[in-house]
Amino acid sequence: MEAGFRGLTVLAGLVVLAILGLIAWSTTSQAWDAFASQGLGFFTSSDWNPNQGRFGALAFIYGTVVISVIALVFAVPVSLGIALFVSEAAPPRVQTAIGYVIDLLAAIPSVVYGLWGVLVLAPVIGKSFFTAGVILGVMITPIVTSISREVLRTVPRAQREAALALGATRWETIRAAVLPWAKGGLVGAVMLGLGRAMGETIAAALVIGSSPQITLAIFGSGDSAAAVIVNQFGEAAGTHRSALIGLGVVLFLLTIGVNGAARAVVHRSEQAAGAV
Amino acid sequence: MTTTGRYVPLVLERRDDETTPASGGAAPDAATAPAVFDLDGLEVHYGEYRAVRDVDLRIAEHQITAFIGPSGCGKTTVLRCLNRMNDLIPGCRVGGSIRYHGVDLMGEDVDPVEVRRRIGMVFQKPNPFPKSIYDNVAFGPKIGGVRDRGTLDGIVEDALRKAALWEEVKDRLRKSALSLSGGQQQRLCIARTIAVQPEVVLMDEPCSALDPIATARIEDLMQQLKADYTIVIVTHNMQQAARVSDRTAFFTAEVSTAGDTRTGVLVEFDATDKIFSNPGDERTENYVTGRFG
Amino acid sequence: MSRPSAAMTAEPGIAILASQLTATRRGKDLAASLWMWGALLVAIVPLGAIVLYLIQLGAGVISLEFVTSSIPISPREKGPGMGPAVAGTLLLTGLASALAIPLGVLAAVYLNEYGKRGRLATVVRFLADVMTGVPSIVMGLFIYSVWVLHFGLSGFAGALALACLMLPIVIRSTEEMLRLVPDELRQASLALGNTTWRTVVTVVLPAALPGIVSGAMLAVARAAGETAPVLFCVGIVSDVNWNAFSGSNTTLSAQIFANAQSPFVGAQDRAWGAAFTLVVLVFLLTVGARFVSARFTRKRGGL
Repeated sequence: MEAGFRGLTVLAGLVVLAILGLIAWSTTSQAWDAFASQGLGFFTSSDWNPNQGRFGALAFIYGTVVISVIALVFAVPVSLGIALFVSEAAPPRVQTAIGYVIDLLAAIPSVVYGLWGVLVLAPVIGKSFFTAGVILGVMITPIVTSISREVLRTVPRAQREAALALGATRWETIRAAVLPWAKGGLVGAVMLGLGRAMGETIAAALVIGSSPQITLAIFGSGDSAAAVIVNQFGEAAGTHRSALIGLGVVLFLLTIGVNGAARAVVHRSEQAAGAV
Repeated sequence: MTTTGRYVPLVLERRDDETTPASGGAAPDAATAPAVFDLDGLEVHYGEYRAVRDVDLRIAEHQITAFIGPSGCGKTTVLRCLNRMNDLIPGCRVGGSIRYHGVDLMGEDVDPVEVRRRIGMVFQKPNPFPKSIYDNVAFGPKIGGVRDRGTLDGIVEDALRKAALWEEVKDRLRKSALSLSGGQQQRLCIARTIAVQPEVVLMDEPCSALDPIATARIEDLMQQLKADYTIVIVTHNMQQAARVSDRTAFFTAEVSTAGDTRTGVLVEFDATDKIFSNPGDERTENYVTGRFG
Repeated sequence: MSRPSAAMTAEPGIAILASQLTATRRGKDLAASLWMWGALLVAIVPLGAIVLYLIQLGAGVISLEFVTSSIPISPREKGPGMGPAVAGTLLLTGLASALAIPLGVLAAVYLNEYGKRGRLATVVRFLADVMTGVPSIVMGLFIYSVWVLHFGLSGFAGALALACLMLPIVIRSTEEMLRLVPDELRQASLALGNTTWRTVVTVVLPAALPGIVSGAMLAVARAAGETAPVLFCVGIVSDVNWNAFSGSNTTLSAQIFANAQSPFVGAQDRAWGAAFTLVVLVFLLTVGARFVSARFTRKRGGL
């Protein structure tokens, strides 16, 4: 009985490994047709023309990077500012209230952000890389704020008091005692936000404008990997569908890389904090 | 001297007839040493709860004043009032008056940042920043505006020497402060405090996390620092108070009639010798002889 | 060196306690405060706008009829409803929960009670963390590849994808809760001659139950709002389909996505109504989770 139960739990744990392995294997094998027929051109060409069987995904990868960067440019200073406000400046009652609201906002499904983006924001500022980036930025702000707040909470009060007792101002205290301590965790929080932004499909698909191009004109329309998958998957077949799944593989690898690194960074900083 | 903004310097005449207090030995005469702090009817509330009441205390210059008493008697609370550290605790209100060289410490024009620069603090647990040994000590002078490398080096070396740490760390100033032992970390925290050249050093049970050897070193250090600084130390170790301090304040906790809240009161404040050999209050006698719960 | 020498030596007898901050220091401190307040403001504007629009455009549409009656065939048509989407959302998330929660709890039991700091457990823990970051669209493509290509679109396929998204969240939150259960409880049970598995089932899990429930509710809230996997694995229909194993289905999220792209006011209104319904559902789960875990921590604190 004991061995049986134990085996059952081990099996459940192994399911995680199995799922990740299966994701990699199944999507790659479905995408193989596209990878094989396009060769390296899949990653280096931006010529995406399903009717003529040409699938260069570079413009989508570019779009994913661009909107993720715009999202971070918006979300990082805002999230960090709020998290610092909550942990360093706000009275406790305000802290709890803001924490509560942030958790609720973080729970709003991305499709709702997309709905607001397409029906309210896009009519005003158009559909573009920028619009998609801003929507994603707004969307990841609660999550990045929430994780940053948790990280800042691990900074010991003794650290803040040490700086203050030396005659440091609030900002000097943050610079000297809070940020160095929380650095790793905050980097992790930002990277988790980046992972979210890169993989986000629906909100981006609704407001990015769906025209694959590599351009610095961020107020012009573009496309991203996740957005094109959802916009074209319905009518795709054969190599086209294979190429779309190939984009999924790229997204999978990108997000796994970013998240793995983020977790490692957070983990290391947690251990460093625990060792003191 | 440069001043900023609208403030008017508050300058007090210094009495000329003061005597330099003797270091060590018998407690100097409290009446003749000039007062650094004058506490009058000090009262501290945390929200609805009154943590300390009616503390009258006069802390003299270049002396070591010890606060002793059972836990919950408010000795740390009083100490943290002296450099306005309690400002940081939400819901904390301080009543009565604290005069620092005659200036109201809680006055409207008083900037807590300046208060804390002049009145340094060493905490119960060593709390070095996760930076190098050098950067820990240089932090205070740097934010104070010292940019010159040579001057900084001098300040750092001087502070580390005063904290009796220089010989042990001079070859590894760039190493992380966290690589030091607990006792070394605490001496580093003392060096960091004196690097900003405060007038007063407050110590909140500075040895409670240390072993006896490290404790002895810190106690020696306090005797040396006394020549330059006024020291106030909170300790729960009565031998320590008896060994290092010139004057001792004994606090105790009054339990309310309902039995649910405790309020700290100052029972007795006198020369350390007197507190330990011939206290004026029965409660002090019971505590120092170990008959207290 | 801008530092006044008088302040350096803190000449005894002279007490200057008014601010000695240089303009630079004061300026930096002020800038930091402006940053914090500014960030709060910058975030409040769009996030507040989203919530306000939701309430203004969504709450007007919502009614009992809206959440129960069927979806009009023509997007031009005005008026309710979203009944099939509500049914589909409940069906899919219910199924996904039934798959992910037991599996996740078992995996967490392995991590906290058996594997602990061992190598396999460390790997599983790390990968579960990484798995929380796998985009939902990738999960959708994965289930499409291994299930839909062989068995066709169905509610169950969608539930599988949602379960994959929930699983790591359930595992990590449950493990956190199991860690909060004091070791004394385990030792007391083992001392009575109970085996580990009996201890887990009769002592540890019940003690952590409210926390586990709270974590599971947050995972459900996350799954209920997912859109991309539903589009690939479930398809979209406008009728109720209670059979999860055969035929397409629909959810609130999928309907929001479809109607948001419609040029017609009637469809857009229904999108706002669906969004409002979905957000209310997700908020109820989130607030509920907070409530349950707050009671849990209070009880723990009292131990």
